[in-house]
Amino acid sequence: MEDFVTLDNVALRYGGAKGTLALSGADLKIRKGEFAAVVGPSGCGKSSLMKLMTGLQPPTEGAIHVDGAPVSGPLSITGMAFQNPSLLPWRTLLQNVMLPLEIVRPHRHQLASRKEEYLAKARGLLKTVGLAEFEEKHPWMLSGGMQQRANLCRSLIHDPSLLMLDEPFGALDAFTREELWGVLQDIWLEKQFTTILVTHDLREAVFLADVVFVMSARPGRVIATHRVDLPRKRTLETTFDPKFIDIVHQIRNQIAQIREDSKAA
Amino acid sequence: MSEAMRRSIEASMPWLVVVGLLVIWQASVVLLNVPSFVLPAPTEIWAALLQYRGPIFQHATYTMISTMAGFGLGIVVGLLIGIMIGSSRLVYAGLYPVLIGFNSVPKVALVPIIVLWLGIGQPTAIATAFLLCFFPIAVNVATGLATVEPEMEDVLRSLGASRLDLIRKIGLPRAMPYFFASLKVAITLAFVGTVIAETIASNKGIGYLMIQASSQFRVALMFAGVGVIAVLGIATYAIFAAIEKRMTGWAMRGKR
Repeated sequence: MEDFVTLDNVALRYGGAKGTLALSGADLKIRKGEFAAVVGPSGCGKSSLMKLMTGLQPPTEGAIHVDGAPVSGPLSITGMAFQNPSLLPWRTLLQNVMLPLEIVRPHRHQLASRKEEYLAKARGLLKTVGLAEFEEKHPWMLSGGMQQRANLCRSLIHDPSLLMLDEPFGALDAFTREELWGVLQDIWLEKQFTTILVTHDLREAVFLADVVFVMSARPGRVIATHRVDLPRKRTLETTFDPKFIDIVHQIRNQIAQIREDSKAA
Repeated sequence: MSEAMRRSIEASMPWLVVVGLLVIWQASVVLLNVPSFVLPAPTEIWAALLQYRGPIFQHATYTMISTMAGFGLGIVVGLLIGIMIGSSRLVYAGLYPVLIGFNSVPKVALVPIIVLWLGIGQPTAIATAFLLCFFPIAVNVATGLATVEPEMEDVLRSLGASRLDLIRKIGLPRAMPYFFASLKVAITLAFVGTVIAETIASNKGIGYLMIQASSQFRVALMFAGVGVIAVLGIATYAIFAAIEKRMTGWAMRGKR
């Protein structure tokens, strides 16, 4: 399989030549259609990695390629969801989900002529995540978990070939979180877009991903890659599988080691 | 006490206060024998209001038109300036200190200059009303635009949204509650501006009427004028408060 996203020796420094070095010598390759997770101690530059790959932030050094082309600015083939659902409070859920179609070419110019089709698609997505009856509600009327589901729909409405998730379930309770793992996995299994999930939850990473990248403390770089070859579709039973637990333990130990080292340094 | 009863009492509180104050006013004037050229009793003011209702209505209409024209200008200019300083750091850095400086000048001091340019009459009143009311609109709209959550913008920017897209899809809708809140302040300031200009340089309007009444010692008529201005101010405020509630209900979530 070809590599869909590649980072070559990428460095990122905030705030000029004397600023903080967030990433240094970061290398990673993600294949097309793969589900990748990035984990690491807090402050390791996971979110910076996201900004680089979506073109929101240019790298200080190194090169980033997505789909064979160097990234020089925001890409309309990406969908993005953050920990904060950041739905627009003046729009209903349905209108929120439709938002990317008002921005992304060529959809924005076809919005009037293909309105019915787009609406049907947005409704379909909301139905997949179990929000069909809430489409006319405003986001602030709903729980955090429901908002995050709608956020997921919004990031998928324009059929992105690259989905970026920055701790999307971080602020949710454990039950909702595990439920949404299942929802996300189902959508991913159906559409097979390349996904990059940044998270600090190791079980979440191993449950969802084909490959888990472990990052070092700041300045961040990838220090280990774990292939997760557990069969799909994974269920909550999978999380009690010795193999699953083994991988989680390995990663946890690595991160504990990184934290020790950075404390000693 | 039941919820419904408590709520109806709450709604009638402003009226109770006004009536109470009027009763105290009337009583003290009568009991203390205050001469009516110092402080007329509410009944005398009401009589003056009825007696002069024709001219008062004419002048009030005139004042209302000037105020609305100045307010309309203030909305347009305030919105434009607000959008500019709210969406560009460069414009903000250049314009904001100047605006603050301008706003700290008492506008009464500017009226003679405006008279010099626009002459005596309605244009001067409109200009004064405008000068008083555009500032809160501009500052509020700018605040609304400048405080947009970066995550919201990132979501759209990652899809390739232009600056204009960001302002249209996020900035402006988000600034709307700020905008409508500022309208309530701006409309009352516009009234202040119009009446100030009318007292200095006009042949019509409530301000002019007050000056005339003052020079003729018709104290009850002066108070009638003040009352009319107050009623106009409250009425327009209420209208814009209602519009605000309608347009930006999402921002007042959870409130009745």
